[in-house]
Amino acid sequence: MANPYVVLLGAKLRSMASYRASFAMELITNAAGTVIDVATVFVLFGAATTIGEFSLAEALMMTGITSAGFVLADMTVGNIDDLKRYVRTGTLDAVLVRPLGVLPQLICMDLPIRKLMRLFVGISVLVAAVAMNDIDWTPARVLLLVISPVTAGVFFGSLFVIAGSFSFWWVESGEVGNGFTYGGRDFASYPITVYDGWFRTVFAYTLGFAFVAYQPALVILGRPDPLGLPAWAGYTAPLVALAAAAIAGLVWRTGVRRYRSTGS
Amino acid sequence: MSGTDARVLTISPGSGSRASIATFGALVWSGFRRYATYRQATAAGAFTNIVFGFLRCYVLLAVAAGAPGGRPGGYDTEQLATFVWVGQGLLAVVGIWGWTDLSDRIRTGDVAADLLRPIPPVTAYLAADLGRGLHGLLTRFVPPVVAGAVFFGLREPERWQTVPLFALSIVFAVVGCFGCRYLVNATAYWLHDARGPLGFWTLASGVLAGLYFPLRLLPDWLTVTLWVSTPLPGLLQTPLDVLVERDGPAVQAGLVVLQAIWAMIILKAAQIVQRRAERKLMIQGG
Repeated sequence: MANPYVVLLGAKLRSMASYRASFAMELITNAAGTVIDVATVFVLFGAATTIGEFSLAEALMMTGITSAGFVLADMTVGNIDDLKRYVRTGTLDAVLVRPLGVLPQLICMDLPIRKLMRLFVGISVLVAAVAMNDIDWTPARVLLLVISPVTAGVFFGSLFVIAGSFSFWWVESGEVGNGFTYGGRDFASYPITVYDGWFRTVFAYTLGFAFVAYQPALVILGRPDPLGLPAWAGYTAPLVALAAAAIAGLVWRTGVRRYRSTGS
Repeated sequence: MSGTDARVLTISPGSGSRASIATFGALVWSGFRRYATYRQATAAGAFTNIVFGFLRCYVLLAVAAGAPGGRPGGYDTEQLATFVWVGQGLLAVVGIWGWTDLSDRIRTGDVAADLLRPIPPVTAYLAADLGRGLHGLLTRFVPPVVAGAVFFGLREPERWQTVPLFALSIVFAVVGCFGCRYLVNATAYWLHDARGPLGFWTLASGVLAGLYFPLRLLPDWLTVTLWVSTPLPGLLQTPLDVLVERDGPAVQAGLVVLQAIWAMIILKAAQIVQRRAERKLMIQGG
């Protein structure tokens, strides 16, 4: 018997193939979205020679890791953004009665091939950043460069799950989750020396966004942290991502157990 | 059925203007009340506006710190902070995103009911949208502006005429933005599904209205071209530049005039497109 997830994905693929023009347009606008995010960084650096004491090439390393990681997360668990709608309309009940995992099913409900172009854009930025910087390569740095987009992806994926789980407790949570998912992406796209005060403390260290791109990028670039964290902090990025994933798993399971249908 | 189409005659076209003003006012009020029922969404939206306010404000202040002369795009730091925070407040007033009422109703066929009403659809939707904007002004506008004033300090206008010009500019921004959204939604009359154009609109409007960065950071020729040849800077950039007094009094007033001209053009275009659509309309079954 065929794997049920393969069947679910196949059904989604067939439904997408029947709206080709719409699909092509989504493919283009999706890629353009990431291009605009990156272009914004270029425009800002057009006005300033350094931002937060970092050059354009150095900042692009952070932008590249963040945007590749974010797209990875968005492609896999980004659909969880729609959980609010599933809870409100009762679609989630249908998902819960099937003998399959809830989270994997939600992921299969949307097959975001349209976001593939964005992944390409994100990785291109990272490649450009590597080319633009004069990096003193060591095996450890190469390894960090390769795993950073993945750990960033795990981190953002956990965030999508946590933000989505809000709707188990607060159906009308609306855009609050976006402040942390999309807001977190914007935060991590720039050197965190840009931010200040309690806002930086909360986002960078309490929520952990410093470890998405900033700390690993410092290690790859061989720059000491102007904010004083030691160099090995960059290598803890995977641990931070795993911790985020563990918290996300806990929040998700608590949420599903707590879920009472709206009855609609 | 030759010679028939979906245009509807206005009932008692000669009736007094008082009656139509009363109807328009009632529609504005209904738009206001509709959004007043989404209290939790209002709070959630304001929270997110504030988070993005912090992000954009810190980034632009860092740009100012790294810019030669410290005045990127001709703004000082106080002007930049005001630009960002008032911009976050105006976002929900102007309502760039998330309006799919018309395209949804076209897709489901419910728009047929709108056409039966004795008020042109553009007028009716405009009235409801002004109500939505008024609700945004009283609720969503205030929290980001207060947050900005508390954490960064905002700039107070120096010229007496800035306040009335800013108020006018907000009205033109709402009307112009409504017209643009109406046109984007109206593509559903021909395409049946406006998702593609809506996605394109979300992208173009965010960047070209001056939300992601002030358009003055672009090269001058590009800024002027965008301002003159598209209505999009009129949605946010114009009211914000008016408020922070980026230009002298003459240019400041001129920007609002340009914005008003664009708002009228777009509204007229929406009416023309609507009439065209009614002439060819076949309501989808269902």
